[in-house]
Amino acid sequence: MNPAFSVISFTLLAGAAQGLVVALACAALGGVAAGRGFLLVALGLALAMLVAGLGASFLHLGRPERAWRAAAMWRTSWLSREVIVLPAFTALVALWWLLAWSGQAMPALLAVAALALAALLWLCTAQIYACLRFIQEWAHPLTLANYTLVGLGSGCVLACALAAGFGERALLAAAAPWALTLTFAAWAARTAALLRNAGLKPKSTAQSATGIRAARLVQKSMGMSAGAFNTREFFHRASALAVQRVRWALHGLGFALPAALMLGAAQTGSTHPGWWWLAVASQVPGLLAERWLFFAQARHPQNLYYQTVG
Amino acid sequence: MASQPTETLARQLALVIDLNVCVGCHACVTSCKQWNASGSAGPLADQNPYGAEPTGTFFNRVQTWEAGSYPDTDTIHFPKSCLHCEDPPCVPVCPTGASYKRKEDGIVLVDYDKCIGCKYCAWACPYGARELDEERQVMTKCTLCVDRIYDELLPPEDRKPACVKACPTGARLFGDVKDPESEVSQVIRERGGYALMPEWETKPANHYLPRQVTPAAVPAGAPGAAAQPAAGAGADSATSARSGGAR
Repeated sequence: MNPAFSVISFTLLAGAAQGLVVALACAALGGVAAGRGFLLVALGLALAMLVAGLGASFLHLGRPERAWRAAAMWRTSWLSREVIVLPAFTALVALWWLLAWSGQAMPALLAVAALALAALLWLCTAQIYACLRFIQEWAHPLTLANYTLVGLGSGCVLACALAAGFGERALLAAAAPWALTLTFAAWAARTAALLRNAGLKPKSTAQSATGIRAARLVQKSMGMSAGAFNTREFFHRASALAVQRVRWALHGLGFALPAALMLGAAQTGSTHPGWWWLAVASQVPGLLAERWLFFAQARHPQNLYYQTVG
Repeated sequence: MASQPTETLARQLALVIDLNVCVGCHACVTSCKQWNASGSAGPLADQNPYGAEPTGTFFNRVQTWEAGSYPDTDTIHFPKSCLHCEDPPCVPVCPTGASYKRKEDGIVLVDYDKCIGCKYCAWACPYGARELDEERQVMTKCTLCVDRIYDELLPPEDRKPACVKACPTGARLFGDVKDPESEVSQVIRERGGYALMPEWETKPANHYLPRQVTPAAVPAGAPGAAAQPAAGAGADSATSARSGGAR
């Protein structure tokens, strides 16, 4: 597939915002105190990320003015379900921000609802891809694990960076081990998906695509010399070397360096926010690489029909 | 989701493409473009048509494949359009309901007024049958000339898809594949008509008739007489093995 920046940024922004809200909700439920100023900034940042993600997903549409129609087919379409759950989750975060602004405590029920909606949103987002059975790279539970764990990990790192910046020692002490654990879990799940992808054998072949059962079957012409939607949307056109560099960025900047920084903070016992903001800064390009590769690695069977201009 | 069984329709219009007689002239491509650029499905935009990098929207493509190894090779022209699947994976994923399958005749259509251009249906089609109209920013696809086949202002013999009417060799047949007595059902039965990518169980309504070697065309003693072209022989044996699963 040809990775669309709108979809990459939407899934990363919304995922990290969900992870951040989950961290705050868990802290609230666990009785870990957090100051009003910290909560307002953290929830405000989550809201801004969700709204930016929503804006990015609008940009993906050919006819954004009709986006309201997308809630119609929730019975069959995971995309439609996502279109319903995303505003619901955003509204809940906005309500929490208003409660924090007015100095009221978050009711436990709302925190539980935030956890449930965040989980539901990860399910919807991941299933949009995992339900396409013939895109073998995506049609697997690892897609759900990837979206959930990357969101949880990046959101938790962000929560720690904010907590360190605001001097929220109790929250930082509680969340830091989780940030490290979730980052390692996300790394493990992504590595498992990469290994699985490397070993996949495409079910569709030129033979099954055409029904011509010759051992040697070569496309001589795709039927056009000009470009088309099919030759753009489904091919990323990046060189093998470029893809290899993206893979290094995924491992190094997305997971290894953030984990090393978190271990560094833990080893030195430092609560300096610099450790955490460096981890966030490393994750931005690293996770962009991660999500780019998620789309680029998906081999669409339609590509069998578009191999040679001729 | 996409694997949920769908109800079986009593009527399913479809094309049957005879790979044995398609000569790759692209008349079906141009007539499809002409009809659909000027009919109710239009305008079916081309962008930058005279520039260095033109791009266009087509419902139908004719591709060319080479089967077998030299000297026993076979050049096969392969028309490709929406297969109007009986279990179309593009329909349930559509968030707006713009993509739908008609109950009365099984044609898979897009309501251009409801489409938001999210492209998800194109991702969900393993055949690459859907093309985004870059000018209108809505998804388009073969309509089986739904604005033509029921038009009572046309003479009955013209109430067929434009591609079928245009084919000079009669490689494109049109009819109801659920009617066992229809011409298309008969040739599917008799000629080993098969579906594309059966591994995804989309149950395409369109079928293809395989290449077959016509004995009279291969004189005795000619190089091709002893060893038949790999494509023809392979296609025949493959379809006999798969015909039970296809229909």
